Amino acid sequence: MDILTLFVVVPTLTVLALVFTKNLRQARVTALAGMLVQLLMAFHLVWKYMNDRAAGATDLMLYVKDKVWFPDWNIHYYIGVDGISVLMIMLTSLIVVAGIFVSWKIDDLPKEFFISLIALATGVFGFFISLDLFTMFVFYEIAVIPMYLLIGIWGSGPREYAAMKLTLMLMGASALLLVAILGIYFHSSPDGHYTFNVLEIAKHANLSPAMQKIFFPLAFIGFGTIGALFPFHTWSPDGHSSAPTAVSMLHAGVLMKLGGYGIFRVAMYLMPQGTVFWTNFFLVLAVIGVVYGAYAAIQQTDLKYINAYSSVSHLGLVLFGLLMLNKVAWNGAMLQSLSHGFITALFFALIGMIYGRTHTRDVRQMRGLLKIIPFLATAYVIAGLANLGLPGFSGFVAEMNIFMGGFLNNSLYKQIMTVLAVSSIVVTAVYILRVVGMMLMGPPKEEHKGLPKAQWFEKTAVYILIFFIAAIGTMPWWWLKFIIPSVEQFLKPFM
Amino acid sequence: MDFSYVIWIPALPLISFLLLGLFNRYFRKEPVAGYVGVASLGTAWVLALYTAWKYFFEVGLQNGQYVPFTPFKWEWIHFTDKLSIDMGILLDPISVMMLVVVTTISFMVHIYSIGYMHGDEGFARFYAYLSLFSFSMLSLVLASNIFQIYIFWELVGVSSFLLIGYYFVKPSAIAAAKKAFIVTRFADFFFLVGILMIGYFVGTFDIETLNSEGTIAWIAQHPGPVFMGLSVVTWALILIFVGGAGKSAMFPLHIWLPDAMEGPTPVSALIHAATMVVAGVYLVARMFPLFYHTGDGFALRVVASVGTFSALFAAIIALTQEDIKRVLAYSTMSQIGYMMMALGVSGYEGVEGLGYMAGMFHLFTHAMFKALLFLIAGVVIHAVHSNLMKDMGGLHKYMPIASWTFLIAALAISGIPPMAGFYSKDEILHAAFEYSFIIWLTGFLVAGLTAFYMFRLYFRIFHNGTREYHHRPKEDSRAMTGPLIFLAVLTLTVGWVFTPFSEYVTPTRVPFHYHIHWGSPLVLGSMAIALTGILAAYFFYYKPTEYPQKVARAFGITYKWAKDKFYMDELYLFVTKRIIFDKISKPAAWFDRNVVDGMMDALGNTTVWISNRIKGLQSGRLQEYGIYFVYGVVVLIMVFYFLNF
Repeated sequence: MDILTLFVVVPTLTVLALVFTKNLRQARVTALAGMLVQLLMAFHLVWKYMNDRAAGATDLMLYVKDKVWFPDWNIHYYIGVDGISVLMIMLTSLIVVAGIFVSWKIDDLPKEFFISLIALATGVFGFFISLDLFTMFVFYEIAVIPMYLLIGIWGSGPREYAAMKLTLMLMGASALLLVAILGIYFHSSPDGHYTFNVLEIAKHANLSPAMQKIFFPLAFIGFGTIGALFPFHTWSPDGHSSAPTAVSMLHAGVLMKLGGYGIFRVAMYLMPQGTVFWTNFFLVLAVIGVVYGAYAAIQQTDLKYINAYSSVSHLGLVLFGLLMLNKVAWNGAMLQSLSHGFITALFFALIGMIYGRTHTRDVRQMRGLLKIIPFLATAYVIAGLANLGLPGFSGFVAEMNIFMGGFLNNSLYKQIMTVLAVSSIVVTAVYILRVVGMMLMGPPKEEHKGLPKAQWFEKTAVYILIFFIAAIGTMPWWWLKFIIPSVEQFLKPFM
Repeated sequence: MDFSYVIWIPALPLISFLLLGLFNRYFRKEPVAGYVGVASLGTAWVLALYTAWKYFFEVGLQNGQYVPFTPFKWEWIHFTDKLSIDMGILLDPISVMMLVVVTTISFMVHIYSIGYMHGDEGFARFYAYLSLFSFSMLSLVLASNIFQIYIFWELVGVSSFLLIGYYFVKPSAIAAAKKAFIVTRFADFFFLVGILMIGYFVGTFDIETLNSEGTIAWIAQHPGPVFMGLSVVTWALILIFVGGAGKSAMFPLHIWLPDAMEGPTPVSALIHAATMVVAGVYLVARMFPLFYHTGDGFALRVVASVGTFSALFAAIIALTQEDIKRVLAYSTMSQIGYMMMALGVSGYEGVEGLGYMAGMFHLFTHAMFKALLFLIAGVVIHAVHSNLMKDMGGLHKYMPIASWTFLIAALAISGIPPMAGFYSKDEILHAAFEYSFIIWLTGFLVAGLTAFYMFRLYFRIFHNGTREYHHRPKEDSRAMTGPLIFLAVLTLTVGWVFTPFSEYVTPTRVPFHYHIHWGSPLVLGSMAIALTGILAAYFFYYKPTEYPQKVARAFGITYKWAKDKFYMDELYLFVTKRIIFDKISKPAAWFDRNVVDGMMDALGNTTVWISNRIKGLQSGRLQEYGIYFVYGVVVLIMVFYFLNF
């Protein structure tokens, strides 16, 4: 079996194995074992990809495999990866492992929980490897549906409302997406040999500019909704705040990345003229998301709401970078996807751990946690500093690439938009320091004294995430080695 | 000459930070962490002195001009072929001088803190932060790329945040730390935009290339878009200066500095007096050729105006403050204003560059005596357990070392020969006089005010009658008094004994000698105003008298305004709380929940409502379906009939 298909097979087998587990201990060990295999495979893939590229593999996509799946409609199981998907796969495997560590003590229906979690991950992995629009869409739906169960069953607060809202909005978006995909499909060939194959559609470029102008916004909004595009982001604060910890991590850390990734891979790559036509319009939405998300975060009192709005702001930067249509900004957008994945997963993990101890997520109810749970509180400070773009952490390099790329456009409009987006760094500092000042500093509360310190599985999750945040922040060139060649290929239609 | 070992100067504090930060728990036993910090900074200090010696006296000077060395440069992020963020080391007179300043003060503060922080439960954490700061500051001054400056600019900012908030259970410390970070971050936003503009319109981030004649000529030929009569590069420089003004606490971005005194006193000495707060001055000096030549030097005139105003503004506030650290903080702001003013009035070639040289020299001497003043303040606060002058007085008897060293430092900052401050201040006033009478007059007045408030401090702490103390105040730690004596000796001597920095740091890197004309009216005048200030302070405060209250009453409301810091804090609070929080942020949050999300909910609810309305149609009763069928047919027939099908 080829190495990419294994990324779907291993989680599927893990799910099957989980069906036969009997209690929490068995379930978590099975899930962890499966996902550790997956993680090793991801590292191996990264290693192999690097070596193959160094050995001179120049194809756009490596490890390509093509199998006809549904001949009548010319649907293929067509897979392959480039540098960006390799990194995304690594991000996903790391966050799934961290998420399992965080859910180590889940006591409510553990087996079902892990099954849903890993089913979700299967969809994400499948999405990142597929190069056939239809297959991609199927995996996308596989990733979204378990979310309903995960929030609806293991969530907190108004979980049914949140789960329903999230699912309906994402389903609504995928309806638009489906229209766009079918539109692309039926215009992919002048003589009736329609195809869903992304590379071929791009190669033949049969889509007329008029069609592109129609289908680009559908695809952009379809993917953008899961990437927290303003004004279609409102599922995210409710969804995140109701979701259990590991799900928030996976959702904000990985699932929301599907948006930017899809826009990059499908919407922009297949419809360059449509992109150019719509850029300035969507740029406004992206900048609104960046700035407005940050301002809205200042007022929140629930930790998860703060970070949900922070995600709106930071993923707005991903869309912003993509819309800048040059290499530097795209590098930044990809780095930002990774960076936000790790940082936000760290945030949600820590919030879950803090909530598990204090039983509140209201910042006003907590004080002086640095004195009580120093490890978790320090990690929270680090996450906060990384989030506000402190050099040395991943957020900084990503944002600088995006801002620089934005400013390198020979267009006053885009430069002004960039300055507006840059202004978010100040607002971000405000909402981060507000939380740090209110929740972590100050004299500890009497009722919080004696809260248990961080345990080994919690520390493991935190260490993994911090390690990668610092690794991107201090060694951006290593990550850019994967990103730049792929980005250059995908920029060709815009040259 | 191979200067590649210079990388160890920032690397040693970095190692010490990683050691103390990551293995914090193994350094719980108190002095060990301090020794790690002292050892790394001590080594860095020796290396820095060696570098300075080599650079200034052996290899730096070639054909009458100091040449820059770039022993190390490495591309960290590649943007385009011309634009990249490099991590590099640039050795030239300014950076070598800053190296000496930063390592000297940091080394002294590291030693001092062993005594000052004794018994504090966060001892190792304190040293970790100090090392982080030293690493960032040293990398900042050595930077070869303007983006590298920005990176370490942010890192010194965060070290400052961590150290101001070191006593993180104190609400005032938390607020001060937040304020410092957010105000400087706000300024950094402009700095970053300035850098981006430089990147796009000039096309390089490399400092040597930016300052080169070729680039300057290119900018003169390609002014780019013009906004409000100023070319885009001028705007970029002004924005960069705003960043510098934020870090250097220039009006109106100064409000964080007095509050930053919430941090432990050694931190105030290191970060908020001698090193980080002069980063803005350093930044302007670093890019001086660009500032001077672009757009007829307009940006430099902005620097001069802001600096001069800040110098006066802060000196007036300093007259009225009661907390000794706050007096020193406003004094710092005023002196940095002085340096900015010196840079702003400077010319470029040869002796014309006196302002620049004097500004840099003042940076050097000020670092010595202001750090000394803060460290003494720390000794005093340690002894009497209060920051307020009303709790002090007559301490000369108990704390002779503190008292004598304070006197030396106060004489230095007032500009009395032969102390260090006299030379630099005199040169600044000379340069200002050549440039503009108003600026000179302001600087001259500020010199008098400075002498007055410094001696007000001195007399009120150490003289002003005698008083009874609950605990007998004493200077108990040699770790604390040692650095005082060392810095006092430097303060006494750097002005005239060993003075490369007064002559070698010039805009063109061509050294020139400046003679002090002892008999000239300018020199005599500046000495006279300093003496006047000291004498006035003597009559007011040597013994407890009624004069201060009388004068305060005579000034009436003006005195109150100055004492309340001209209500700048209230203004900022109004803008942040009433406008940004209440008028932007709250509506944004409300809008999101009620309008954007409300639309989604409305969509959902409408669907539910419609489905509720029409679900009755599917009743399962055949007769009803039949009726609907008949109605339908009738309607269709009518439609077709009227449409004439």
